[in-house]
Amino acid sequence: MKLLRAILLRLATMSVTLIGAAVVVFFVIRIVPGNPIAMMLPPGASEDDIARLTAHYGLDKSIFEQFVIWLGGVFQGDFGTSISLRQPVMPLVLGRLPATMELAIFALVIAVVIGGAMALTGVRYRATRTETAIDVANGVGLSIPDFLWALILIVLFGVLMPVFHISGRISPSLDLPFVTQFYVFESIARLRFDLWWDLLKHMFMPALALAIPLAAIISQLLKQSLKETMHLDYVTLSRTKGYGENHVIVSEALPNAVLPTLTLIGVQFTFLIGGTVIIERLFSYEGLGNMAIDAVINRDLPLIQGIVIVFALLFTVINLIVDMTYALLNPRLRHA
Amino acid sequence: MSAFLTVDNLSASIRGNIRQRVLRSVSFSIDTGEVLGLVGESGAGKSMIGKAILGILPSAVEVVEGEIQLDGHNLMAMKQADRRRLIGATAALIPQDPLTALNPSRRIEPQITNRLVDILGWSKRDARLRALELLDEVHIDNPERVMGSYPHELSGGMRQRVLIASAFAANPKLVVADEPTTALDVTVQKQILRLIRELQTRHETAMVFVTHDLGVVSKVCQRLSVLYGGMVVESSDVPAFFGGPGHAYSRALLAATPKYTDPEASLLPVDEAVIAQVSGEVLAADEGWRHGA
Amino acid sequence: MLDGRGTLKRRAGARLWLSGIWLGVMALLALFAPLVSPHDPLTQDLFAGRLPPFWVEGADPAYLLGTDSLGRDVLSRIIHGARIAFSVALVAGIATALVGSLLGLLAGYMRGWVDVVISRLVDIWMAFPPVLFAILLIAVLGTGLTSIIIAIVVIDWTRFCRVVRAEAMNQSAMDYVSSAVVAGRPRMDILWREILPNVLPTIVALLTLEMGIAVIVEAILSFVNLSISSDAPTWGGMIAEGRTSIYQAWWVLAFPLGVLFLTVLSFSQFGEGLKDRFDPVLR
Repeated sequence: MKLLRAILLRLATMSVTLIGAAVVVFFVIRIVPGNPIAMMLPPGASEDDIARLTAHYGLDKSIFEQFVIWLGGVFQGDFGTSISLRQPVMPLVLGRLPATMELAIFALVIAVVIGGAMALTGVRYRATRTETAIDVANGVGLSIPDFLWALILIVLFGVLMPVFHISGRISPSLDLPFVTQFYVFESIARLRFDLWWDLLKHMFMPALALAIPLAAIISQLLKQSLKETMHLDYVTLSRTKGYGENHVIVSEALPNAVLPTLTLIGVQFTFLIGGTVIIERLFSYEGLGNMAIDAVINRDLPLIQGIVIVFALLFTVINLIVDMTYALLNPRLRHA
Repeated sequence: MSAFLTVDNLSASIRGNIRQRVLRSVSFSIDTGEVLGLVGESGAGKSMIGKAILGILPSAVEVVEGEIQLDGHNLMAMKQADRRRLIGATAALIPQDPLTALNPSRRIEPQITNRLVDILGWSKRDARLRALELLDEVHIDNPERVMGSYPHELSGGMRQRVLIASAFAANPKLVVADEPTTALDVTVQKQILRLIRELQTRHETAMVFVTHDLGVVSKVCQRLSVLYGGMVVESSDVPAFFGGPGHAYSRALLAATPKYTDPEASLLPVDEAVIAQVSGEVLAADEGWRHGA
Repeated sequence: MLDGRGTLKRRAGARLWLSGIWLGVMALLALFAPLVSPHDPLTQDLFAGRLPPFWVEGADPAYLLGTDSLGRDVLSRIIHGARIAFSVALVAGIATALVGSLLGLLAGYMRGWVDVVISRLVDIWMAFPPVLFAILLIAVLGTGLTSIIIAIVVIDWTRFCRVVRAEAMNQSAMDYVSSAVVAGRPRMDILWREILPNVLPTIVALLTLEMGIAVIVEAILSFVNLSISSDAPTWGGMIAEGRTSIYQAWWVLAFPLGVLFLTVLSFSQFGEGLKDRFDPVLR
């Protein structure tokens, strides 16, 4: 009952946040100077043509009227029509979202693996030089944002040691049998591991750039809470039972130390998704972020709105999922 | 015949500062089936001895001298992993605080059976039967239900019973009880003490019983060592000790134990002159130790 | 334990010094850019295009760090770039700190509906991807230094607001505040004279972090070609340009990238070092 009420409350605040975000975006981008319609027509188009198209996109109505029409559409899943690409916004956004999600999830996996391994190593060899080295690495990883890591990776592994691809999502020469946009998942489902490998080689650099700061955060927080847990009596007791130190860390301390880190990963994952915007641009990766920057440059109001709302929705849903996972994993809350 | 557990001339210091000793050349031995009480005020180092035997000293403390022989094995000469396995197979700890000594994210069953399965190689089924049997031995009414519970669903007394069951599950030859009743309600303390004594007798376990309470020692132990500043001040048989302790500090400690029969008696802390005397002995021991090395 | 605290303090001291020295040198270079830079950052010399740095064969020692594809001196452009970067860092950092801290203080101290409104606003802000928001704002405001600064303030005030709000709430619960309330002092007076001084160390530490972030945002916007004019010597612009010729002239990308890296790292480490310094537990 308590849990249900908490979820309902969260859903209520979530919708307030989303509507607030919609209002902010809608009104901010209406101040954009420059007529997007004039930009999409060839030079020499008559005033008449511009007026006709303006009316077609509903841009001749008052801002408030436009907002009501737009919001009404949004509730029916209709985000309007992109001005620059001349297609409905919804399918465009949904077509790009999987690429961004795959990139973000891959980055998350890398961050958890690297951060987790560093935290465990740091605890296993606590109070030695190894731990100091890990602390320093965490400090640097935390201080430098994904944008700079991306550039450094491009120089190191794209140019000096060209091991990985630094542009695009998949090699253009390949024949693509895909029917969905979830290339990575579909390539596994079709057992086309050649395509899968090509996708990973393209995703690795941008994903790593996104992952490094998060890995440092995970490593720092997890190591700290592991070290606190290692002093607890039940951990000491398990040592007297004959277990080695590795087992003590992984099976006794880790399950109890992981909860605060998990909550943090949720919040940080939304930051990571925010980071995909510029990282996709840097690596010419055809995801939602890359499309968003094009949309801004082309003054494509309906498309910008659609993308921002999808991002906002994604963020709030992730936060909700994290909260629920937290409740599920914590036996105290589960049985309360 | 050598004893089951022998601690010989054991000294432990703050890591990196060998002169700062927390255990000062401690020696004692215990035979199978015997209970030795380690008594002293808080900070006397009594818990450190138990931790040193089990190899769970805090990272800030290290053994700098002395030997521990357990069942014919020289613990100090063993590799850490081997030593842990030997401890796991032959010894067990009854911890001080039952509220923090159980892993909050796991059910009770694996916390009793994991040593049997992982270290001693029992089958899951045998281990489960053994756990049920032990929970019955510690007088838990509904063992099946308790096995499936999480620690936070049980009371403090119940948790201590579970920990005692877990300690005796592998038929240990040595049990270190580290102030096992201090954290419990007075009403529960007696039951738990009786229970520990009962299991110790039935399993003929050697036991190191760490406590600050001489009243408890008189009920549970056959012999005792009194500690001050990490140094053994006096070792004696329990009847002889309560007949008349040899050392002035022991006498003062005994006098300071509250007696329900004599509420008018002095509840003063240990006399300053006695403290000065015993502190002097500690300093003298440090002077002689390693010739000021 | 004493030992551990000692090394921790020493390590904190070392990083405070190292990052402070780097930031000081960069600030001086920025201040005296026209005096110290060997060439004019805008002068093109198409005959001296893509000259490598001095230790590589074919270099012209007059151009220590080489030239870009238009023959402009990389070192001079980095030095002049520091001017833009540090101006943005200083102005945007302080403005963001002012706006965010003020709202945070009000929310944390007044509570009630003020807190509800401000906190909800923070939630809404957190639902936007910051980079996308920044690009959007620049598209609205137009390019130029002022726009960048406004964009940074509009996007990042939440960072201060969240931390200061929590801190103000902690301080409000302390006894010295209760006794000031009992003494009948006006609320705003308590906020300014009692709570603010205690929250100030947190704000200062956050401010240095924010300055590093401002430098990055400026670089990102220059990179997307939305910053100032594409001709002006910004680190981000140099990086964007260097990326297009990365296989022919790596130094055009590598040097500004290295400087940007060290500057951002220094700002962050300086802030962390200050935080430790101010922390009464460690002091």
